[in-house]
Amino acid sequence: MKAQRAAWWFLAPALLVLGIFFLLPVIAALGLSLTDYDLYALADIRHLRFVALHNYWDLLHQPRFWSALWHTLYFVLVGVPLSIIVSLGAALLLNSPLVRFKTVFRTALFAPVVTTVVAVAVVWRYILNTKYGLLNYALGLAGIHPVDWLGDPHWAMPSIILFAVWKNFGYNMIIFLAGLQAIPKDLYEAARIDGASAMQQFRHITLPMLGPTLLMVAILTVSGYFQLFAEPYVMTEGGPLQSTTSVLYLMYNEGFKWWNFGMASAVAFLLFVIMFAVTALMLRMSRRGEAA
Amino acid sequence: MSPRIAKALIHGLLIGGSLLAVFPLLWMLSVSFMHPGETGSLPPPLLPTHATWRNYENLFLRAGVGRYLFNSFVISASITALSIAFNLMAGYAFAKLRFAGRERLFQALLGMLVIPAQVAMLPLFLMLKYLGWVNSYAAVIVPAMATAFGIFLVRQYARGIPDELLEAARIDGASEARIFGQIVLPLLKPIMVTLAIFTFLTAWNDFMWPLIALTGQEHYTLPLGLASLAREHAQDSELMMAGSVVTVIPVLALFLAMQRYYIEGLLLGSVKG
Repeated sequence: MKAQRAAWWFLAPALLVLGIFFLLPVIAALGLSLTDYDLYALADIRHLRFVALHNYWDLLHQPRFWSALWHTLYFVLVGVPLSIIVSLGAALLLNSPLVRFKTVFRTALFAPVVTTVVAVAVVWRYILNTKYGLLNYALGLAGIHPVDWLGDPHWAMPSIILFAVWKNFGYNMIIFLAGLQAIPKDLYEAARIDGASAMQQFRHITLPMLGPTLLMVAILTVSGYFQLFAEPYVMTEGGPLQSTTSVLYLMYNEGFKWWNFGMASAVAFLLFVIMFAVTALMLRMSRRGEAA
Repeated sequence: MSPRIAKALIHGLLIGGSLLAVFPLLWMLSVSFMHPGETGSLPPPLLPTHATWRNYENLFLRAGVGRYLFNSFVISASITALSIAFNLMAGYAFAKLRFAGRERLFQALLGMLVIPAQVAMLPLFLMLKYLGWVNSYAAVIVPAMATAFGIFLVRQYARGIPDELLEAARIDGASEARIFGQIVLPLLKPIMVTLAIFTFLTAWNDFMWPLIALTGQEHYTLPLGLASLAREHAQDSELMMAGSVVTVIPVLALFLAMQRYYIEGLLLGSVKG
């Protein structure tokens, strides 16, 4: 009995913090999304009205929600595979027994991960500058005309994807590296004796053995990339022509620029539902892949 | 392919990749020492013609970056200290103490990992507003004092502590608090260091919630100050780079010094899937 009481004392601070400052707000967000909480309600709570699913209904009929969702999906669908391929490539190179100074390379490749998004976004804004940027200068040497990377609606999102991949690939690289090191060496030994080429070894040993790691990395990266916000906030302010306004950016604008808290909560919940559905779908597909 | 060519190819790719990864950071450092306006020339200068500290002087004397640096340290250090204490206690309780409903509570905790933090932000802001906490250190520190993820990490690690050790101490009449302080804490030191680095870096780099909760410049952290500078002084590349250096150097140094613990933590954390 005494031990029971002690346990609750140990748990109390953390559970109180999580309960009051996370769980309660999450539940409140669901409630809020069913009201028209706005600037008037903020001033006087008596203006608050219950509107049931009206916010959701409204959102699903607004082009700006669909366009924000589309921009986010674009970022996820292109950014995640690209970043996973780069991470896996870097991990495979690092894992080669031929490599010397492995830790130096690992540290260099990983460095962008620990940097602050806002700070390095500022650096990239200069690199991508139309007139004085290094990228356009380098392309100019190859005879390619300057591109307005962050000012052209067609190029703004690809630029942000490029930046995000540069910033994040090191994280998954470390996880892949650990996964690769866990594959028993004698599998490769046996394959080599059977005359399998490097490509065959990769397809028939490395990829299948890395399967669970790959799935986990994919799920974590997808849910991370769905939460796109700071990059467009600093690099493009959601523009040009809203082309980099993500779902979270929409939530931020609805909530903290226009004070439509009811509508903004509905946006947050829709994002949550979409992320949950995508994760569930990925788990399901991987299970079917295993069974086949 | 002969091993010699393969070796050259792999090293070539690694050197190229590492340069791509590190170049923007080195260039940031180099540009921060350039005279105002130097970046407005072609070809883009790689090194300053006459290195100067002027951008740093302007940052600290005019743009008030010293204040942002101070705020960032206060907020990140407080979050780290408090969340370590709370997460260690809770993680240990989940791992080693028996109480009714332990498994179900832990399942609920894991469930919370699925919910994106942004869902809570709007009501949290309203809550803090009614409490009068908006635009205070507390608005950023208090909600971060415990994390489901931190508790989970500690719990996984603490499960390795042998029960006999704790039982022996109990039979000797030691109180639960004393067992935690004198036996458990020293054993949890490695996970403590890992968690501390992780928490500090996350708090330092955090952007969205501080942007919402800290509305006045006097409470801005470095990322917020930098973002607002970037909107006002978009053309002052040299000044902005100096600001980026000030923001990135502390975390980069911490990472380089404690790399081993950081990477261990990253791998521990990724097992949650």
